[in-house]
Amino acid sequence: MIFPAILFFVCALLAIVGAVMVILAREPIHSALALILVMMSLAVLYLLLGAEFIAAVQILVYAGAIMILFVTVIMVINAGVEERTDFSKIAKFAGLPLGFFLLLETAHWLYHSAIGAAIANGPGAHAEAFSTRELSTELFRRYLLPFEATSILILIAVLGALVLARKDE
Amino acid sequence: MEFISQHPVLVAAVVKVVVLLFVVMTALAYLTWLERKVVAHIQSRWGPYYVGAHGLLQPLADGIKFLFKEDVTPPASDRLIYLLAPFLALSLALTALGLIPFGPPGVRFPNGQPVFIVSDVSIGLLFLFAITSLGVYGVALAGWSSNSKYPLLGALRSSAQMISYEVSLTVSVVGVLLLAGTLNFNHIIEGQRGYWHWLRIVPHWYIVPQIVGFLCYLTAAIAETNRVPFDLPEAETELVAGFHTEYSSFKFAMFFMAEYANMITVSCLATILFFGGWLSPFPDRWTWQLYLPGAGLLALGVYCAYDSVTEMRGLARLQLSVVTLLALGGGALCLLPGVAPVIQGPFWFTAKVLGFLFFYIWIRGTLPRFRYDQLMSFGWKLLLPVSLANLVLTAAWFAWGWVRG
Repeated sequence: MIFPAILFFVCALLAIVGAVMVILAREPIHSALALILVMMSLAVLYLLLGAEFIAAVQILVYAGAIMILFVTVIMVINAGVEERTDFSKIAKFAGLPLGFFLLLETAHWLYHSAIGAAIANGPGAHAEAFSTRELSTELFRRYLLPFEATSILILIAVLGALVLARKDE
Repeated sequence: MEFISQHPVLVAAVVKVVVLLFVVMTALAYLTWLERKVVAHIQSRWGPYYVGAHGLLQPLADGIKFLFKEDVTPPASDRLIYLLAPFLALSLALTALGLIPFGPPGVRFPNGQPVFIVSDVSIGLLFLFAITSLGVYGVALAGWSSNSKYPLLGALRSSAQMISYEVSLTVSVVGVLLLAGTLNFNHIIEGQRGYWHWLRIVPHWYIVPQIVGFLCYLTAAIAETNRVPFDLPEAETELVAGFHTEYSSFKFAMFFMAEYANMITVSCLATILFFGGWLSPFPDRWTWQLYLPGAGLLALGVYCAYDSVTEMRGLARLQLSVVTLLALGGGALCLLPGVAPVIQGPFWFTAKVLGFLFFYIWIRGTLPRFRYDQLMSFGWKLLLPVSLANLVLTAAWFAWGWVRG
């Protein structure tokens, strides 16, 4: 069981480093690449939990489709290097401590919740519970209404983007 | 030794990856030879002929040439990404091959691991699409990081093209998934065993009900691998060499190998989904088919022997004699009673994949390139609606219970 543990810590570290890089990188493409790194690491973490389908979809949809669009758009508009400004005072003195506090709170909550217990049972504890067939049955029977509602929401967002992007005649 | 016995999966995986890499790298090298030969003969030329008998050592010479050429990195490029892009392209293309079953899962190592597949994932197809969908990054990042006009234009074109055709590629495959009811490659292949009940001689391959899906898949796959007639990303007449204009030496070779590896992957996928994978097209009671691989290799050996005696002189004759010996020895090995049944699956799989690869090269020798607007309108206005219609029809067919194959 030592390999899953090593894999977990490596991927968790990569995810955190990637997430920090997304913010710190000055070149937009570098930020996008760091975001892809985060998503791939998360996919491996899903795999460790036995959720193969979610892992594949994570790569397919986020890394394979959405981030490609990001990268393409950055290339098309040829976005330059970001300007760096100093922290605003509020961010420096209130934002950082508050963010740290939020992190602690989340960790505390996770530690005592059902999800935390499930994770603590070890990677792959739920390997059998997540087959593709069961997932799709759940998705298209029990959660059909939320699923369709989400689809319509995304459709509305696409239409909204089209309307916003259209030039005035 | 204790480690080896304690981690059968890991050890088997490492062995299989090493063997697969060796086989695939050799196959890639000789695929370039095959392509040059076939295209040359289509155009009434001889193709490579001087390096080795029939140019058989040409891939080796090319490899050495790529290794020793000067490796230029443009000073204005983004160095890290410029370096990363070819690695990304090649490693993703090779990773995808780890999900392909080259033979039946029943053949196993002494420690119980299947021999012919590196990783038998329950949702193999989805993972394959996940990995191949990342292939765009190699092209896009190469074009962007070169920091030069033509590569950027090539990369933009190719991203747009690959995104467009990936939709059709995925949709055209869903019909097969409905028929098979599973995402696992080996189960999909097992579902194609036997014969269609209304046509006893036609194998139960999914190409019969999914002929439209197959044609859509084939077209989209050619576009997805940036091959002629869809090789807009590297249209020489307009873009010099497209996204890899600035790449030289072995980095260029890596893009080249990635393209060929992708060709192999999509051919494998077509074989698995539509042509029964490692299944034989003949019924099991025809036992003579066990000797087909050996007989084929022996015939090749005899031909090489004839050729080396009648046509070749000097060193070329010696080289061809080595090929003769290899073919004859391999053929004799394949005829051994212990080997013949094991070799069946990989033999049929390889034969089908080679057929597809030949088709690819044939297309390249025959068709002219699309114009860019034609490419886009073809993808969105013809290919996508047709593959969607195919999907809807198949689903309707299922909903009303017409299919009981």
